[in-house]
Amino acid sequence: MILIHCPYCDEKRPEIEFANAGQAHIARPLDPSGQSDAEWETYLFIRANPRGRHHERWRHVHGCGRFFNAVRDTVTDKFETTYKAGEPRR
Amino acid sequence: MSGFRLETGGRIDRSQSVQFHFDGKTYHGFAGDSLASALLANGVMLFGRSFKYHRPRGLVAAGSEEPNALISVDRGPGRFTPNLRATGVEIHDGLKAFSQNRWPSLAMDFGAINDRLGMFFPAGFYNKTFMWPRSFWDRVYEPAIRKMAGLGDAPTAEDPDVYASTYAHCDLLIIGAGPAGIDAALGAMDTNKRIVLIDEQDELGGGALADPALWPWLERSVKALANAANVTILTRTTAFGYYHDNFIGAVQRLTDQSPEITDTPREKLWRIRAGEVVLAQGAIERPLVFDGNDTPGVMLSSAAKVYANRYGVAVGKAPALMASHDSGWHDVFALAKAGISISAIIDVRDSVDSALMREADRLGIPVYLNHGVVGVRGRHGVSSIDICNYGDQRVHRVDADALLMAGGWTPSVHLWSHSKGSLKWRDDLGAYVPDVPNENVQCVGACAGDWDFGTGAVIDMLPTPKDQSRIKAFVDFQNDVTAKDIKLAVREGFRSIEHIKRYTTNGMATDQGKTSNLNGLQIASSALHKPVPEIGLTSFRPPYTPQTFGALAGHAKGALFQPTRTTNIDSWAQAHGAVFELVAQWRRARYFPKSGEDMHAAVNRECVAVRSSVGIFDASTLGKIEVVGPDAAEFLNRMYTNPWKALEPGRCRYGLLLKEDGFITDDGVSARLAPDRFHLTTTTGGAARVLNMMEDYLQTEWPDLDVWLTSTTEQYAVIALQGPNARKVLEPLVEGIDLSAEAFPHMAIREGTICGIKTRLFRVSFTGELGFEINVPTAYGRAIWEQLMAQGTQYDITPYGTEAMHVLRAEKGFIIVGQDTDGTITPFDAGLDWAVGKKKPDFVGKRSMTRPDIVAPGRKQLVGLLTDDPNVVLEEGAQIVADPKQAIPMTMIGHVTSSYWSETLGRSIAMALVAGGHDMTGDTLFIPMPGKTHTAKVSGVVFYDSEGARLHV
Repeated sequence: MILIHCPYCDEKRPEIEFANAGQAHIARPLDPSGQSDAEWETYLFIRANPRGRHHERWRHVHGCGRFFNAVRDTVTDKFETTYKAGEPRR
Repeated sequence: MSGFRLETGGRIDRSQSVQFHFDGKTYHGFAGDSLASALLANGVMLFGRSFKYHRPRGLVAAGSEEPNALISVDRGPGRFTPNLRATGVEIHDGLKAFSQNRWPSLAMDFGAINDRLGMFFPAGFYNKTFMWPRSFWDRVYEPAIRKMAGLGDAPTAEDPDVYASTYAHCDLLIIGAGPAGIDAALGAMDTNKRIVLIDEQDELGGGALADPALWPWLERSVKALANAANVTILTRTTAFGYYHDNFIGAVQRLTDQSPEITDTPREKLWRIRAGEVVLAQGAIERPLVFDGNDTPGVMLSSAAKVYANRYGVAVGKAPALMASHDSGWHDVFALAKAGISISAIIDVRDSVDSALMREADRLGIPVYLNHGVVGVRGRHGVSSIDICNYGDQRVHRVDADALLMAGGWTPSVHLWSHSKGSLKWRDDLGAYVPDVPNENVQCVGACAGDWDFGTGAVIDMLPTPKDQSRIKAFVDFQNDVTAKDIKLAVREGFRSIEHIKRYTTNGMATDQGKTSNLNGLQIASSALHKPVPEIGLTSFRPPYTPQTFGALAGHAKGALFQPTRTTNIDSWAQAHGAVFELVAQWRRARYFPKSGEDMHAAVNRECVAVRSSVGIFDASTLGKIEVVGPDAAEFLNRMYTNPWKALEPGRCRYGLLLKEDGFITDDGVSARLAPDRFHLTTTTGGAARVLNMMEDYLQTEWPDLDVWLTSTTEQYAVIALQGPNARKVLEPLVEGIDLSAEAFPHMAIREGTICGIKTRLFRVSFTGELGFEINVPTAYGRAIWEQLMAQGTQYDITPYGTEAMHVLRAEKGFIIVGQDTDGTITPFDAGLDWAVGKKKPDFVGKRSMTRPDIVAPGRKQLVGLLTDDPNVVLEEGAQIVADPKQAIPMTMIGHVTSSYWSETLGRSIAMALVAGGHDMTGDTLFIPMPGKTHTAKVSGVVFYDSEGARLHV
């Protein structure tokens, strides 16, 4: 069972306390109505599926409840780092 | 011809005789014996029948790598354990063990005919042979194969045993308590580290248990470790899996060896998180591959040493050794020292260390260098062996009653591989050893390839002058895979060891190829003319050895399999005969049958009562979220399709929640209690999902909004009081709220008290009748319910369940998200476009309302269906077609989502999702069902009181 560092609790906790919430750093457009169909499609559906470093969101759902960002290697399943929502991409 | 007990020696307690049973026959052994050593001491050589060919098989090993001697143990009803290795079963008085995969008896097995037909059972045999005719597979071939090829019988009764589980944390976890593991523990003992030392055997020592010279050291070491406060020793404990971040799963066997203990769990699952792991799993000796190497009495030389030195049992009166490695020589020297006469040492090498030659000479053991075994005589035991001089190819016979194999060693890298540590190939060992770790772990001792067994030659199989097609040289004993099978797989084009493994099933038995993987690799390597590292290695996966489902499940079975959520009113429903159903994890009353009523009759009665007088319903499971803060209205305005900012305090609104893709994900009625406070309700199953979604937007998209979300689902009991007499029942009990239609209209909320208890009283309806939903603190739920029941007696108040609730809402065309929608339904598809605030600049899902696929024609839309025969109740999920005469497969244009008998309307009603359905009103559609195709006319979804007059009384 993976240990995940929650940047809000500042503790490594077992993965069963967390839930994955998909790819990170996909901001909701400030003006959705101004989006073309293609832009909106990209926002809704187009996601990276990298082999290796992957930025993704996690929620400490059975802990503090906060969403945060993480860099995880999809090959080794190792977490490189985690950081608070709103902080720049690492 | 067979094994016997030596006069002296071993770690068994000769003062304690133990009586046990094997295949119904009574035997005696000593305390400290394994089932394998005790049977061997009694002259038993035949332990089982092989998987495919039903060949007689004996012991190969003395440890958990044993591939052949799989037995079942019967500890009474529900306590039947198949597929245990006889080498790991400790004997005790009254033990009842049985051989497997034989009929009618072990010695006379009918299935052995498969062995004579062996030429018809090559690799891939199942895939090739039983493909025709296809229909025979399910009815004929598979049942027959399952009967013939098999392991032990699955237990038939429920397991009455209890299984414990626990978590443990330590700084240092040492797996394997042979000399290397014990040294590691001794070395760390004087630090302040918390140490856990685990070993699968019943006592510490590993390989040292078969080496009397090490026993004094072992005794001192074990005593020192046992006295160290920071060391926890777990014996009879198998570390079966190595998971991320040094998380190790282990099962400790607590009572199987001591049936007199009845008040503790049978096994305990340990989940251990370790700072550092030391793997000291040792190495497994490799069998040699030659014709007849599976004859009972042919075993690993290291195993013979274990039987002699640990258990005081000789495997035979005159065993011979077939070696390609020095270690076998040392083993037979040890046997000679224990008083066993060695008939011959045969070694494929043409020269060995001169010290070995001198010792053999001193002991008077005939030595045959550059020779190999090419045949084994005897079927249920060894009578003699044929050996071939590789110089002149002459074959001659050597008398021996057992044959020991010493084919070198395979480091046990199983757990290392679970942890994703990499491996490197060592030509000198002919084995993979640990290379780069992936966790904080190191391997020590033999599992790191570090041993003092001497050297050996690495070979794929023993050369033989015999016709290759006529020999049976086994690689995987448990799955009956021969060298021929692997060569055949290569000839048929398999190149990757992963494919060869699956085609031949080499290494796929319950032992995961502990004794067979490396020999299989070497044979494939020779056949492919490629070095082993280019062919790779198959993956090891947990569990290291088979574990019981009981240990893995622990308490999570039966009623404890998953939590059942119950409301405060549940106990009342239980006492009043409710029939329950599970909704999400809630237990909900489905209907309340009176004596003699079936579900249909009960639901009809409950529905009529609500329409004609008053019904009472436990709605406590509704999801509830308290939304508080200065930006609460702005937040809800962005989340829901509806406008919220103008909603006055004291009023309610039906809220429709979409995902960003425009599809309905939840709905519910919500109330504004104050300018900065809302009481939201969600569907029963959607509560957690909706809160998660709202938290997501609040935390990550709109962190500037000052809003707090709190789940209040379990804070309130909710009682729905529905029907024309609802107000009359409620009025006498409520204080501080004017219940009149003018003062308290439909879709309003008031705060006051009921029976003196604070309440949030909603005037809402999911039935189409005058209705109230009474929210009180959870602890008062049943008390208020009972007061309402008493007050309602004069109106024949009727408790109703979820089934009647479904019928009543369907009569009004109210949808159930997840039943009438399926995650691809927009508000327009569902006929709920009235709930969409078209003037709002944005809300979650708004932009998707104009996506090309969503504005395209032909979308599935929610419609009503009225069957032409009013007595036909369609099946929910039934497919709908426009033309029943079209060719099969027909074009299905939709399906029935809700369908009920409506007692109020005296006919069936249904809802359906149909492509282009909104434009089909009045059209006839067809619902093909087994036996008959039903016809129905498309209608609106509101079947009852379409103007809503009954709501506003």
